[in-house]
Amino acid sequence: MPDQEKLVKELADKHGRKREFLLPILQELVYEKNYLTDESMRYVAKELNISAADVYGTASFYTFLDTELRGKYVIRVCKTISCSMKGKDEILHVICDTLKIDVGETTLDKKFSLLATNCIGWCHKAPAMLINDIPFIELTPSKVTKILQDYIKR
Amino acid sequence: MKAQKIKRVDLIFDSTSTKEVLVKAIKMKPEEIIQEVLDSGLRGRGGAGFPTGLKWKYAASEKGAVKYIVCNADEGEPGTFKDRQILEDAPRKVYAGMAIAGRAIGAKQGYIYLRGEYRYLLFKLMEELVFFHSRLKELGYDFNIQFRMGSGAYICGEESALFESIEGRRGEPRNKPPFPTVSGLFGKPTVINNVETLVYTVEILDHGAKHFKEMGTSDSRGSKVFSISGDTPKPGIYELELGMTVERFVEEFGDGDTKAVQVGGASGFCVPRKKFRETIIGFEGVPTGGSMILFNSSRSMYNLLHNYLDFFDEESCGQCAPCRVGCQQLLQGVVSVKAGEKDSRYLDELVKLAKTMKIASKCGLGQSVGNAFRTIVEHFREEIIY
Repeated sequence: MPDQEKLVKELADKHGRKREFLLPILQELVYEKNYLTDESMRYVAKELNISAADVYGTASFYTFLDTELRGKYVIRVCKTISCSMKGKDEILHVICDTLKIDVGETTLDKKFSLLATNCIGWCHKAPAMLINDIPFIELTPSKVTKILQDYIKR
Repeated sequence: MKAQKIKRVDLIFDSTSTKEVLVKAIKMKPEEIIQEVLDSGLRGRGGAGFPTGLKWKYAASEKGAVKYIVCNADEGEPGTFKDRQILEDAPRKVYAGMAIAGRAIGAKQGYIYLRGEYRYLLFKLMEELVFFHSRLKELGYDFNIQFRMGSGAYICGEESALFESIEGRRGEPRNKPPFPTVSGLFGKPTVINNVETLVYTVEILDHGAKHFKEMGTSDSRGSKVFSISGDTPKPGIYELELGMTVERFVEEFGDGDTKAVQVGGASGFCVPRKKFRETIIGFEGVPTGGSMILFNSSRSMYNLLHNYLDFFDEESCGQCAPCRVGCQQLLQGVVSVKAGEKDSRYLDELVKLAKTMKIASKCGLGQSVGNAFRTIVEHFREEIIY
């Protein structure tokens, strides 16, 4: 059994196969595999006995349920007003320069993806970003460089 | 006349014993709990301001064995971050508020819908929840809470979209009526309250409705947790008595050069300096779910407007045409006017469009895009054009 199929089955066993568990299953898949492949969505459809189009239709509604290739570490820099006012452009520049990718892109080694996202709830400690689940706040160019270096070493 | 200073309040983050409040709630009849919340005058703290006691009363009057309590922790409004802090510092109060609401309306199951951006909180919240469940068991209190996560969709903060999301579907708002108290989550009578609202119900049971009602104004009783950011020397989370004017607020939190305050986030209202004195922060003036963003004179209001429209353009769920197309057209419209491709009078057409969206959109998102749009265009027209 392919790895993805096995994982989907395990998740369906864990959460249940009712429609209401579609999101928890997809969320955990993204958590484990960084994004949803067409293949994995088909497996989910099979397990929950719904159409693959329905699974994709639901997944693609949610920004964090990525249906495109994403790296191991997804960096989401907040672009909403308070972060924008406090220098998110500068932060994005540093990340683009360091990782040699643009917003929306993934590094060749599939380690990092860089995205701009809407308000993440750290407006008083702007600018802020998430790397996967972890918030990083009160960012400065030097601080963000250091954070990236840490992640690059991992 | 010298206006009074803004009163700091310490309820939400105080050391109230949730155990004592739960013991008190068990001894009260459901109607008594509802009456206490009604008497307090508490209105929903998520922004819409529906009277909490009334919501509970409606749900309590519904027949049926299965009802739900949902805690809306999908805090996504730009400039709002107080629910995150409440969940971080006072999770037991949030759980207790849900359990009390459950007793009031006859629900045994609660859900907390936590936004995906706050997933980092989940581990600690679950630990606290295990503790809370064991305490409920000790007290002989039959109530269970589960977490459901969001996945980065602002619209899921809209109550019916949130239900759709918990049910495993796209977060597209439903038609109302029926309202959630009649047919909410899984089609059952549901009370959905904001994180902060639930904590206030605990405080109201603890300190009494009278104590809460004495604060604030007749339209906006009590206190509120504000999320303050932007051009301010002291950004952060502050619990303040309701009823202050924007002028008082700016005196306290401004940097001396405040030209406008956005009250209520992207879906709220922009208050320019000339309106500071006459504008009250509250349901009788400009309501807010807590978001207060200050702008000083170095800021371009065009950038602000563009940022908000870009936000709505992305976050509109796309289900109804007025909102989906309206957001796109407003965004393209201001870009065209700024670039000189369209005459400045085109802004008036866009204001008409924003008004149409208010009437024709299905849910609160499309209905409120026009708030910021109209107030910014009205007060800072020249900045949008030139």
